[in-house]
Amino acid sequence: MTIEIPAHMHPSRSFQGLILTLHNYWAAYGCVILQPYDMEVGAGTFHPATTLRALGPRGWNAAYVQPSRRPKDGRYGENPNRLQHYYQYQVILKPNPPNLQELYLGSLKAIGVDPLLHDIRFVEDDWESPTLGAWGLGWECWCDGMEVSQFTYFQQVCGIECAPVAGELTYGLERLAMYVQGVDNVYDLNFNGREGADKVTYGEVFLQAEQEYSRHNFEYANTAMLLRHFDDAEAECKALLEAGAPASNDNLPMHKMVFPAYDQCIKASHVFNLLDARGVISVTERQSYILRVRNLAKACGEAFLKTQAGGLAA
Amino acid sequence: MPDLLLELRSEEIPARMQRKAAGDLKKMLTDGLVEAGLTYEAAREYWTPRRLTLDIRGLTARSKDIHEDIKGPSTTAPEQAVQGFLRKAGLSSIAEAHVHSDPKKGDFYVAHISKPGKAAEEIIAALVPDIIRNFPWPKSMRWGPASAKPGSLRWVRPLQSILCTFGPETEEPVVVDFEIDGIRSGNVTWGHRFLAPGEITVRRFDDYVGKLEAAKVVLDADRRKEIILADARNLAFANGLDLVEDEGLLEEVSGLVEWPVVLMGEFEEAFLAIPAEVIRLTIRANQKCFVTRPQGEGEALSNRFLLTANIEARDGGKEIAHGNGKVVRARLSDALYFWTTDQGDLPDLGQLQASAKKFGLDLKKPLDQRMARLDHLNVTFHAKLGTQGERVERIARLAEALAPIIGADPALASRAAVLAKADLTTEVVGEFPELQGAMGRKYALLQGEPASVAAAIEEHYKPQGPSDYVPSDLVSVAVALADKLDMLVGFWAIDEKPTGSKDPFALRRAALGVVRIILENKLKLSLGFAIAAAVSSALAAYEQKGEGAQSRGVVAMLDGRIRDYKGVSQLLSEAGLISELLKGGLAKANLETFGSNDQEREFFDGQRLMELDASLSPFIADLLSFFHDRLKVYLRDQGARHDLIDAVITPASDDLLQIVRRVEALGSFLDTEDGKNLLAGTKRAANILAAEEKKKTQIAPTVEPALLRLDAEKSLFAAMNQAEKQAGEAIQNQDFSAAMLALSVLREPVDSFFEGVLVNDEDQQVRANRLALLARIRAATGQVADFSKIAG
Repeated sequence: MTIEIPAHMHPSRSFQGLILTLHNYWAAYGCVILQPYDMEVGAGTFHPATTLRALGPRGWNAAYVQPSRRPKDGRYGENPNRLQHYYQYQVILKPNPPNLQELYLGSLKAIGVDPLLHDIRFVEDDWESPTLGAWGLGWECWCDGMEVSQFTYFQQVCGIECAPVAGELTYGLERLAMYVQGVDNVYDLNFNGREGADKVTYGEVFLQAEQEYSRHNFEYANTAMLLRHFDDAEAECKALLEAGAPASNDNLPMHKMVFPAYDQCIKASHVFNLLDARGVISVTERQSYILRVRNLAKACGEAFLKTQAGGLAA
Repeated sequence: MPDLLLELRSEEIPARMQRKAAGDLKKMLTDGLVEAGLTYEAAREYWTPRRLTLDIRGLTARSKDIHEDIKGPSTTAPEQAVQGFLRKAGLSSIAEAHVHSDPKKGDFYVAHISKPGKAAEEIIAALVPDIIRNFPWPKSMRWGPASAKPGSLRWVRPLQSILCTFGPETEEPVVVDFEIDGIRSGNVTWGHRFLAPGEITVRRFDDYVGKLEAAKVVLDADRRKEIILADARNLAFANGLDLVEDEGLLEEVSGLVEWPVVLMGEFEEAFLAIPAEVIRLTIRANQKCFVTRPQGEGEALSNRFLLTANIEARDGGKEIAHGNGKVVRARLSDALYFWTTDQGDLPDLGQLQASAKKFGLDLKKPLDQRMARLDHLNVTFHAKLGTQGERVERIARLAEALAPIIGADPALASRAAVLAKADLTTEVVGEFPELQGAMGRKYALLQGEPASVAAAIEEHYKPQGPSDYVPSDLVSVAVALADKLDMLVGFWAIDEKPTGSKDPFALRRAALGVVRIILENKLKLSLGFAIAAAVSSALAAYEQKGEGAQSRGVVAMLDGRIRDYKGVSQLLSEAGLISELLKGGLAKANLETFGSNDQEREFFDGQRLMELDASLSPFIADLLSFFHDRLKVYLRDQGARHDLIDAVITPASDDLLQIVRRVEALGSFLDTEDGKNLLAGTKRAANILAAEEKKKTQIAPTVEPALLRLDAEKSLFAAMNQAEKQAGEAIQNQDFSAAMLALSVLREPVDSFFEGVLVNDEDQQVRANRLALLARIRAATGQVADFSKIAG
C-alpha cells in the first residue's frame, strides 16, 4: 500500500519525513508502532520491546524510533558524522519472516533508494552485545559503500537461546537521511522539509545540545555520584527481581516485576557508558562492569520467561 | 552416464567462508557417493555470495547389486545360535536358509543374501539432507518459525532453495526429490537479486551456467576475479594510473558480488598528505576498494580509487561512485585526524611526569608522550610478565648492554628501545594494528630522532619469519635482539614454552629471528651471555621495584624459577659447563662498558654473578638448546648436512657464527681425500678407545715419549704435537679451514700407525701409552668437531 505524503515531507527533503515513511511502511506491514523508550539507552536494542520481547515463544512485530546515547562519541558538535545522541530506527519481527531481506529492501525503496541506481550490499557482520549477553548473525547493509543499516538474526539474548529467532533491523537515521538528502554534514539536514524562513535544520534542533552534552560527558559528569548510581541501580534491579519472583505456593510461577527491574539494568548500563566516557574506568575494571550489567540482563531475561508476555501459559 | 547438478541458494554468505564451503560440499558429497558404491568421472565446485554449486559428471546410475553368503551354525546347533544367525542374516525363518555339507564339520546353514543396488537418485536424496544438516560452517544460525523448536536446521545464513537435477545428457534430467525443514528440492533457481530477480528453470549444468549468466550472475569466482582485475587495470590505465594490486582484497571482493562492475571514485588531493599505507588500509578495510598510483610511481598514491559494484546502474554508476567517494572522504578525514592528532600533545600530560622520568622521556615530543602514556596506562603485556612499560624497561636496558658488543652506540640503542613500543598508543596504530613499528618510525622522524633510531623502531619487530627482511643497521640489530631475547627469557621463565604444534607466542619465530640476525649480520656474540644479560636486565628491574612492587612481572617469576633450580643438585652439576661459557661471554663483553647503573655493575661483578650462575646455568642451557634446534632447521633449509651440524654443536655452543663456520670448514675438508681418510682413522681410533674404555683397560693420562717404540708411533706423536699446536692457533683465530688443513697432515701418520702398530701390546705400559696416543687423535680432531657423529 502507498500512502500519499506532501512533497516537502518526502525523505529526500525532510528528516521527519524519513521517519514517517518508515513508520508508514512498517505499520502497513502490521508492526506495532511504538514510541521511544523513556530512558537513556545506548541503542534501540535496549528497548524492552526488543531485549525482552525477543525472548519466549510469542510472536512480536514492532517498529519504533529510539534516541541512542553514546557519551564517548560526543565531538562537541565539531564532527560532521559523529554524535553522542542520535536516532536509530528499530524493527523487530519474531519469528523472522522468510522474506525479511525483501521487506528490508522494500523499505529502502520506500524512502527513495533505488537498487538499480544504488549499490546495495549485505556484508558480513556478526553482531554481539556483551552487556546484553546477546549475539546474532547477519550483515551490515551497505548503500554505495556506506553502512546504512544493521541486519541481525538474533540467536541469543540475555544469555537465553531465541526460540524462535527474531529478525532485527536497525537503521542509522541520520546517515540514511544525509544520504537521501545529499548532505555532507549532519547538522545541515533539513528536519521539517520546509525551505527559507520556515526551514528547521538538524543543527538548529541538536547542535547546542551536542556541545553541552559533550562537556557534560567528558568533563563535568559527577563521577563519584555516578559510581554510586551504578551500585544503586544494580542493587535495585536485584531487589526488584527478588521481590517479584514467584512464590513457592503460586499456582502459576509467574514473575511480577520484570519491566521495573529491567529499567534498572538499562540505567546501570548508561551510567557505565558515562563513567567510561569520563575515563575513570581502567581496562581491567571495564570487563567487570560489563559483566555486572550482563548479569542483570540475564536475570531479567530469565524472569521475563516467567511472565505472560514471555510465554507463560495463562 | 548421468550428471548431477546441485545448488544450495541462501542469503549472503560471508566472503571469507565461500571458497572453503564449496570445497567442503564437494568433498562431503563425492565421498558419500563413493561410499554408497557409486563412481563419478569429474566434480567441480562453484560459489557466489548467494550459492554453493556442485557439478558432478559421469555418475553411475545405480550402485551394484551385492550377493553374499553368510555362514551359519551347524544344523545341530542349539536354538539360541540359530535365532542369532537368523537375526544376523535378516531371515524370518530357518526354512529360508540353505544347508551345506562339509566333510569335517558336517551339515551347516548358509544364507544366500542378495542386496539389490540402489538408484543414484535414491542415494543422493538421502545423502544431501544429511550433508546439509552436518555442514562444517565456522558459525551457523537458526531462523524463521522453525527455530521455535530445538534441533531446527542450521546454515550460515537462511537457506532459501535447493536445486538438484540428475540425468544423462541424452535425456531430460529429473529432479532428485527430497525435503529438509520445509525446503523442497526442485529445478528452479533465481538470478541476480536486483538485475534479474525472476525464476529460472534449469535442466543441467550447461544451461544452468548460461541462464545464470543471462540473469547477471557470473558463477565462477575465478572468472569474477579475472573480470575485476582486468577491468580495474584497464580503467586505471585509461586514466594514466597503475592499479595497486592486492590478491587478498580481490578474493574478498569477488565474494561480495555476483555481477562485478568496476568503477572509479575520487577524493581530495589534500588527503594525500596522509602516509600511503594508511590511505591504502583505510580504503581497503572500510570500503573494500583498490587504490591506484600515478603511472611509474613507486610509492605515492593517486587520489583515485577503484570500487567493485554489484550492479550495472541505470546512470552508468555515477551515483555509486559519488556515494563511495563520500564515504572514502569521511574515512580519510578520520585518518587525517588520527595522523595529525598523533603529532600533537596529549591532553593528560600532567599525569605522565613519573613515567617520563622513568624512561628519560622529553614530554615536549609527541612520541615521547605516547611512550609515557603507554607506561602510565599499565597496559598488560602478559598477565605473568607484567606491563608493556616494564617490558620496555627491560628491552631498553638489554639493548644498551648488547650494543657495545655488536658495535652499536649504546645511547642510540637505548633511545630506540624506549620509543620502540610508543606507537602502540597512537590513534593510527589503534585503528590499524598492522602498522605498528612503521608508524613509530614516521613519527620519530617527524620529531627529529636520528635516522637509525627511527629505523630501529620499525625494524625491531623483524624478521617475522624465514623469508622476512633482516635488519642490518646495528642499532636496529641491538633492539631487535633485545626484544626477542626478552620474550624468550620471559616465557621460558614462566614455563610457557612451545610444545608440538602449539606456539601461541610465536617463540620459535622469535628464536629463528635471533639466529638469522646473528648469522646474516655475521655477529660475534655469545648467546649464553646474551641470555644472561636478558635475565640480569629483568633482575635489575626487580631490584629497583622490590618485593612489594605493583607488578613483579617476569623478574619475580624468574626469581622463583632460579630458586627452584637452586635446590636441585642434579641441575647444579651441569653448571660447570655453562659457568665457563658465561665467563667467556663476560670477558668478551668488557665489564667496563657493561651496565648503566650500579645495580647492574654489582650484578655482573663477581660474587653475585657466581652465586646466580650456578642456578642460572640450567635455565640458559635449556634455552640454548632451543636456539640450537632453530639453528639446525635454519641450516638444513640452507642445505647443510645435519650430521655435520650435530658433530659441531655441543650443549655449550653459544657462538652461532662459529658453528656455521665450523660446519662449512668441516664440509669442505671432508670432501678431500685427506679429510675422508682422517675421518676413517679418527673413527677407528675412537672405536678402539670406546671398546677399551668399556673394558676399563688402563689408558695413560698423557703420552710418554719414552715409551714410544716403533717409528710409526713416534712420527705420529711428532706430527700430532705439530698439528695440535697449529690447529689450536688456527681455532684461536677462528680460522677453521686452517685448523682442518693443520689436522690433515695427520692423515698419513695415522694411516701408517694403524698399518704398522699393534695397539694391544703385551706390555701394559706400552699399550696404555698407545691408547693415550689414540686419545690424542680423538682430542685433536675434537677441537673442530665430534667425528663420531659424522656419517660414513
